[in-house]
Amino acid sequence: MGLFDRLKRGLQKTKEVMRTDVRDLFKAGEILDDQKIEEFEARLIKTDMGVAPASEICEEIRKKHGGRTVVLDDIEETVKEKLRSLLEGEGDTKWDIADPLSPLKKNPNGLTVILVAGVNGVGKTTSIAKLANLLLKQNKTVVLAAGDTFRAAAVEQLTMWANRLGCEIVTRPDGTDPASVAYSGCESALESGADYLIIDTAGRLQTHANLMEELEKIKRVISKKVPEAPHESLLVLDATTGQNGVSQAEHFTKAIECSGLILAKLDGTARGGVTVAIRQKMGIPVKYVGVGEQIDDLELFNSQGFVDALFE
Amino acid sequence: MFEGLTGNLKNALSGLARGGKLTEGNIKDGLREVRQALLEADVNYEVATKFIERVTEQSVGEKVLKSIRPDEQIVGIVHQELINLMGPVEPDLAFKPSGITILMMCGLQGSGKTTTCGKLARLLKEQGRKPMLVAADLQRPAAIEQLKVIAGQVGVPAHTEAPEGNNAVKVCQNGLSQAKKLGNVDTVILDTAGRLHVDEQLMQELEQIERKLQPDQVIFACDAMTGQDAVNSAKAFNEALELDGVILTKLDGDTRGGAALSVKEVTGVPIKFIGVGEALDRLEPFHPDRMAGRILGMGDVVSLVEKA
Ligand SMILES: Nc1nc2c(ncn2[C@@H]2O[C@H](COP(=O)(O)OP(=O)(O)OP(=O)(O)O)[C@@H](O)[C@H]2O)c(=O)[nH]1
Ligand SMILES: Nc1nc2c(ncn2[C@@H]2O[C@H](COP(=O)(O)OP(=O)(O)OP(=O)(O)O)[C@@H](O)[C@H]2O)c(=O)[nH]1
Ligand SMILES: [Mg+2]
Ligand SMILES: [Mg+2]
Repeated sequence: MGLFDRLKRGLQKTKEVMRTDVRDLFKAGEILDDQKIEEFEARLIKTDMGVAPASEICEEIRKKHGGRTVVLDDIEETVKEKLRSLLEGEGDTKWDIADPLSPLKKNPNGLTVILVAGVNGVGKTTSIAKLANLLLKQNKTVVLAAGDTFRAAAVEQLTMWANRLGCEIVTRPDGTDPASVAYSGCESALESGADYLIIDTAGRLQTHANLMEELEKIKRVISKKVPEAPHESLLVLDATTGQNGVSQAEHFTKAIECSGLILAKLDGTARGGVTVAIRQKMGIPVKYVGVGEQIDDLELFNSQGFVDALFE
Repeated sequence: MFEGLTGNLKNALSGLARGGKLTEGNIKDGLREVRQALLEADVNYEVATKFIERVTEQSVGEKVLKSIRPDEQIVGIVHQELINLMGPVEPDLAFKPSGITILMMCGLQGSGKTTTCGKLARLLKEQGRKPMLVAADLQRPAAIEQLKVIAGQVGVPAHTEAPEGNNAVKVCQNGLSQAKKLGNVDTVILDTAGRLHVDEQLMQELEQIERKLQPDQVIFACDAMTGQDAVNSAKAFNEALELDGVILTKLDGDTRGGAALSVKEVTGVPIKFIGVGEALDRLEPFHPDRMAGRILGMGDVVSLVEKA
């Protein structure tokens, strides 16, 4: 199965819902009235995209098609267009679908460092294993650093993944300063001449200032060892997250300048629509989506494909 | 936030005269602001809409009080109705008078089940009970190890088995036998693997555990940051298992926690505790009044309304 097909499979439910949305709600030949538009807005809000983007899309529909006879294809096109522009923003999200590594900024002079962060339980550690798998499949060498020395058995969890993947992992005992684990990770990765280092961090709620400072320190320490690192600071977001996702993106970006999102757990019924609000407010794009608990369940996010898949 | 909502409300209700009557017409704009606030707090769309209908019904015909501003009065009504919907509190866990009480923890991936099992064990131990933890998550890497560490921190026994070729139902049954054999255990807490409510196979596994073990309380751990989807998962878990209680986790952040209202509304199951931190002593009883204030994005509404 190609990547794109698997993305579509992951989005199957989303797609079905959205399709019935447009096709069932707006009937060809009817007059498009406010009630219909309001119903559509409700469905958009239910994706967690937030009231503001949903209103914006509906305003567009109202402006272009309100009070007129419904032409399904035209409405669909309006929605698609608007969604695409909300998701694409500056246009920096047009990756090469054929190259799963294309969203990642690469260090041309050696080791690329990827820092992964997020609130508790969103899927950081699992996403790291999946990302490592993606890199290994492209014949890259990968080192993992078990930077969560806080949560019970977090180190063991990442170690189990590393063993399954057969990649190098740097660990320190529980309670070790995570910045020092990150530093050791850089050292080991440089020593072994690895292509990528991925650093796991403990889950933390964005409002805990001391924990956010700890994250800043990790970033600082990395950049001391590898200039311009981390090359990617990925924020993992749970697809079930509501509007709090915006606050998460704001605080984490303040601490580590997030370069992209991984939207995990998109295989359920939640849509992860808050990423639309995040993209709109902060410009941070979704780079990957998680569609299961297994190692291959990570897909490249492609806004064009995403929007098309919604309406196909 | 409080300022935001009341500011908007004040404008929306500017047509209300003190001493007049609340009518559907003159509170409509105000309640639209409330509805928007609820949606921004992640209350499910349908739940929010129904809620507003109910509040409208209740308010129409009431007198506009002379002693407080109309917007404060509306907030007061809304606040009280939120409390009514999320209450009453029911923090007890229905222990058997004798024999072993079984608590079963379930929920989506990463919602905080394992940590909450540890928190409950700690709380019960403090109350003089003798809990034991059972590691029924054979899926996630190092889930068993995690529960072992937590049991060690609390100082309670844990029943664990190797995951390979094993199944969760058997582990739970063996755990119960083990508890009986130990003799000094009066509560068994089953930590199950996280799963999606649409995963039929794994939902069946849960039903099987419930059928075979007959837990006294099935508890749903729900992440307080959940958005619109909270109704879907809570409903599905409740349909499969007949939940007895909900524990809302990760409320130590800045989430408004609208999921609390959504989950209570669609399942009718009481919220028993809230998790307010990663440490094992960060478990508190649920207070509907505080939660109502939080969802509305305001601090102490109570005092404001009591002034009236
Ligand atoms: N269904 C599904 N489950 C996932 C996905 N990604 C992760 N999970 C599950 O979510 C749970 C939490 O994942 P972790 O990777 O441990 O999350 P984390 O962010 O590292 O958690 P902490 O380190 O405790 O903050 C685990 O049970 C994972 O198997 C996904 O894309 N889909
Ligand atoms: N801040 C905060 N973190 C919490 C709370 N409860 C749990 N956590 C954290 O959330 C993350 C996930 O918790 P777990 O107990 O592993 O969740 P789980 O539901 O057992 O996860 P799976 O077994 O993978 O489905 C961990 O990092 C916990 O420390 C809470 O009340 N507040
Ligand atoms: Mg982790
Ligand atoms: Mg667990």
